[in-house]
Amino acid sequence: MTIPHLLVHDRKDNVGVVVVEGLTAGTRMLAAVTEDDSSFEIEAGNDVPIGHKVALRDIADGDTAIKYGEDIGRFVADVARGEHVHVHNLKTKRW
Amino acid sequence: MAANYSNLTFKGYRRDNGRVGVRNHVVILPVDDISNAACEAVANNIKGTLALPHAYGRLQFGADLDLHFRTMIGTGANPNVAACIVIGIEPGWTKKIVDGIAETGKPVAGFSIEQNGDLKTIMDASRKAKEFVHYATELQREDCAVGELWVSTKCGESDTTTGLGSCPTVGNMYDKLLPEGIYGCFGETSEITGAEHICKQRAASPEVGERWYAMWKAYQDDVIFAHQTDDLSESQPTKGNIEGGLTTIEEKALGNLEKIGRTSKFIDILEPAEAPRSGKGLYFMDSSSAAAECVTLMAAGGYVVHTFPTGQGNVIGNPIVPVIKITANPRTVRTMGEHVDLDVSGILRREMTIDDAGDALIDMIVRTASGRSTAAEALGHREFVMTKLYRSA
Repeated sequence: MTIPHLLVHDRKDNVGVVVVEGLTAGTRMLAAVTEDDSSFEIEAGNDVPIGHKVALRDIADGDTAIKYGEDIGRFVADVARGEHVHVHNLKTKRW
Repeated sequence: MAANYSNLTFKGYRRDNGRVGVRNHVVILPVDDISNAACEAVANNIKGTLALPHAYGRLQFGADLDLHFRTMIGTGANPNVAACIVIGIEPGWTKKIVDGIAETGKPVAGFSIEQNGDLKTIMDASRKAKEFVHYATELQREDCAVGELWVSTKCGESDTTTGLGSCPTVGNMYDKLLPEGIYGCFGETSEITGAEHICKQRAASPEVGERWYAMWKAYQDDVIFAHQTDDLSESQPTKGNIEGGLTTIEEKALGNLEKIGRTSKFIDILEPAEAPRSGKGLYFMDSSSAAAECVTLMAAGGYVVHTFPTGQGNVIGNPIVPVIKITANPRTVRTMGEHVDLDVSGILRREMTIDDAGDALIDMIVRTASGRSTAAEALGHREFVMTKLYRSA
């Protein structure tokens, strides 16, 4: 089986996790969804470290980030599909 | 593998109170900070003993003092401790801790420093500690059913691989071993924030769920909201969590909660360092997410093996409880391999299933319980950290 670049917990998620080291912008990533073993391809918009997230679709400032099929916070900037998602564009809604 | 977990056994130390230990320590326990020096001197005199120095025990009062005594007594009473010497500045609180530990039936003796001085106390305690070492070293391990284990969990230096791999590995272990009769324990109250609606549903009854939710809410109100100066970014999630790709507390909480698997339900809630009283099953302990504090509290609650999923690589250990490190992050395996007991990075490559990883963890728990030193034990990690609720008088 081909080793995925990206793992996604749930079909409803709009972010996925990079699970390989040294991922560079422009890489055509294989994404696997752990919930149902489905897969898809998506192009990396940035160099992204292992463990960091990318957007799975184009996202608008103010949208809710979904991971594990659940709300994990609020986007504070527009993010294009495949781009790095982290503290620069995603904030907690809780504290 | 189609494992029959009921037939699994390990080699443990059966104690007088019916509990089973997986280590056989002779502990030299200070009642208070100023008795650390005497305890360390006794441990230096008598080989095979272990001093547990700590920072507190003076001028505490109320719930904070209750927690201090519960932690001290629970540590000495833990089945991984064969015998215990207690040393305090004065005899009253020393005796209170000795009496609490003595209820287990294990050998325990108290010594106080006032009107003796350090040197006489150290000599008297050293003679008794030597007797205890002879006693403990003649005890033999015997076959015990895996269901006699008490296994706690808490994750640390988490990242996104924790929620994908190492935490679900622990959850799979609980789903398999709780039906065999083990006691389980998870906690980290603030770190359920964002997944509290899911956690509440994992209580064994609505009544337990409501009590859990009230406890979680009190931590939010009394600890977080009462003291916060920002959104806690770099504290919770920690700087290390953020380096590893975790962005928000909600994301961290959802990964954390993977540790209780798919089918397990918690049957009761424990105060910090409180021993379970509702029989076998899974418990939630009200606790901080600071690793050494949390593991110290769970050990004082009576848990004898700790499973510790990590992403970025937390190096923590505990003096009396083996802490098994599990990681799914291949970079951590590569750069910090000496701290890793179980590598489940195959989950990220889709070469290993969560079911396979859970079986590998059960195997590692049995081997560890039978005597295998963990990475943390081999590297000398003995973090013993008392939780303090508020300033002393």
